[in-house]
Amino acid sequence: MIEAVGLTKRFGAKTAVDGLSFQVKPGHVTGFLGPNGSGKSTTMRMILGLDRPTAGQVTINGLPFRELPNAQRHVGALLDAKAVHGGRRARAHLLSIAQLSGIPEKRVDEVLGVVGLQDAARQRTKGFSLGMGQRLGIATALLGDPQVLLFDEPVNGLDPEGILWVRNLMRQLAAEGRTVFVSSHLMSEMALTADHLIVIGRGRLLSDMSTQDFITHNSAGFARVRVAGNGPDGRVILGTALTKAGGRVLQEPDGALRVTGLELPRISDLAHETGVRLWELSPHRASLEEAYMRMTQSSVEYTSTDDPRAELWEPEPLTVPDWEEEVQAPVVPAETAASFFAPPPPGSAARPFLMPGSPADLAPAAQNSPEEPR
Amino acid sequence: MTATADATPAASARQDGGYSSPLPTPRPHLGHALASEWTKLTSVRSTVWTLGSLVALVVGIGVFAVLQTGSADYKSIPFVAPALFGMMVGQLAVMVLGVLTVSSEYGTGLIRTTLTAAPDRLRVLTAKYLVFGAVAFGVTLGSVAFVGISAALLRNGPEAGYHGAGEWVGALGGCLYVTLLGVLALAVGALVRHSAGGIAIMLGLVTMPPVLGAILTGWPVSREIGLTVVRYNAPMGLIQLFGLPNSGMDGSPTPSDLAQLGLLVLVTALAVTASYVVVRRRDV
Ligand SMILES: Nc1ncnc2c1ncn2[C@@H]1O[C@H](COP(=O)(O)OP(=O)(O)O)[C@@H](O)[C@H]1O
Ligand SMILES: [Mg+2]
Repeated sequence: MIEAVGLTKRFGAKTAVDGLSFQVKPGHVTGFLGPNGSGKSTTMRMILGLDRPTAGQVTINGLPFRELPNAQRHVGALLDAKAVHGGRRARAHLLSIAQLSGIPEKRVDEVLGVVGLQDAARQRTKGFSLGMGQRLGIATALLGDPQVLLFDEPVNGLDPEGILWVRNLMRQLAAEGRTVFVSSHLMSEMALTADHLIVIGRGRLLSDMSTQDFITHNSAGFARVRVAGNGPDGRVILGTALTKAGGRVLQEPDGALRVTGLELPRISDLAHETGVRLWELSPHRASLEEAYMRMTQSSVEYTSTDDPRAELWEPEPLTVPDWEEEVQAPVVPAETAASFFAPPPPGSAARPFLMPGSPADLAPAAQNSPEEPR
Repeated sequence: MTATADATPAASARQDGGYSSPLPTPRPHLGHALASEWTKLTSVRSTVWTLGSLVALVVGIGVFAVLQTGSADYKSIPFVAPALFGMMVGQLAVMVLGVLTVSSEYGTGLIRTTLTAAPDRLRVLTAKYLVFGAVAFGVTLGSVAFVGISAALLRNGPEAGYHGAGEWVGALGGCLYVTLLGVLALAVGALVRHSAGGIAIMLGLVTMPPVLGAILTGWPVSREIGLTVVRYNAPMGLIQLFGLPNSGMDGSPTPSDLAQLGLLVLVTALAVTASYVVVRRRDV
């Protein structure tokens, strides 16, 4: 059990971690998700007593890390797979770490076996591949057979086979009743590995819920509507009608319309009433990755409008069509949302597919959505 | 839970019914850290290279010098004197190893792994000082003794004159002096956390004072300071401890062996204390 209360870390003027409070419970894989530079590694270093918090505190099983009577037997961590002396052989490296806490030498061979590095035990770690390095780091974390495990981006740079192996290992460790805390900047990976997700952006807590809840709250459904011939006229007529009927319409780059807040039969009826022929009317779910990006986008560091790679952060640049503005200003205050629209997609409240202005905007959305009809 | 019974109840009681391990859970002590440091020191090549070059320099040059000299040459110098030539360069190897012992951990990031496994940083640092100090002293003493004993056995003709126990004590002091320089280097490495930086500082500390002292003596205002620096510096201290005439400029009295050693002990103690304070507080 890891418990952080108001954890804050400032480096000079830069606030890397900003008032984080969370709990990591045993028996689960808890994912720690956030874009690069959001403060995941800094948080992990504070948990491990390597960095001193500027404010707040974090305890493991009720004690600050540095006060644990035999830290290595309670907590194991992989912070950086490259954090080894390249000139030392793998087994000597593990042995030197094990000896620090009086862990018997046979345990070294045991963990080498667990991570499948028996054959590389006599090799200098300089020659290790990225995957072998990660395995050695995981072996180091497992040395003390600890009850609490922390892994900072353990699948970074691994091949699919390695990723699968790490994923299964995490799940197995959690199934044994251990507390497993894994950081990643990849939503797709965490959705598969973690039972619980703690999402941060710019050092602040954005979301703390089970993965299942996160998925239901954040992957909104929508309908894709393609007007026959893809002509702008039909699009405008139908779009206006859909908006009047309470739908939210966004235009995809290829001219298709993304409609939320209206059931498929209703869209079909409206198209029929306005005399617009359709080439496509299909149900979709926004990917979790998209939801995660929207959630953290406002907190991604170094975002600048003239960054040539800016479009990479926006997987599908969606536009608000012209007619949308006539009927309704695109930005609607959250509290009035319900009166303007038929059921908005859960989790996105009044502003589907628009970036939240600040992390705070997400909080009411997350709280409202469970009551809202789906 | 039986295996972990000797752990502090506070920690084991709050396992939340989670995983409990069959491994023993002794309270870690300095002995564990010493074993770990020994493994670390003996498992990297830089140890072999630095200590190997120390032995090669001291023994190689020393034995060569012994073979080139006759008994008469030892009339006014001690038998260990031939070891000094190699030691003047060899001490640099000790200092390099001292810096590397800790700076390589910072450079690679290994220090985070180490301090995650052993959060009581002072235990880890103490083990580093003890293991490195013992190894450096042992190797230095061994090579000096080899040269000294070779000279004493091969060149003990009547022309060599009287040789007392005092010169062996001096050589012991010399080995201690070199070890202290290494310990100082380790402290510097812990303070600056950077191999090249730490080595540069130590090189400057050993090579600059004689030059600086000589320059200072050139001006009347700083002459007194200059003379003091010329008498009290690392190479001079080493030469003096090894029993060679420390030719103080204009025949001014040379400081005692104890004063030379004492000065280095003081400087090293300050640096070691600083390293404890800083390493305990600093983020890694
Ligand atoms: N030692 C440090 N000194 C100054 N700034 C730091 C330090 N460590 C991290 N930071 C800054 O804190 C922020 C969070 O970094 P980090 O915790 O590494 O994020 P993440 O692991 O989520 O990518 C970054 O902006 C980073 O530049
Ligand atoms: Mg990181």
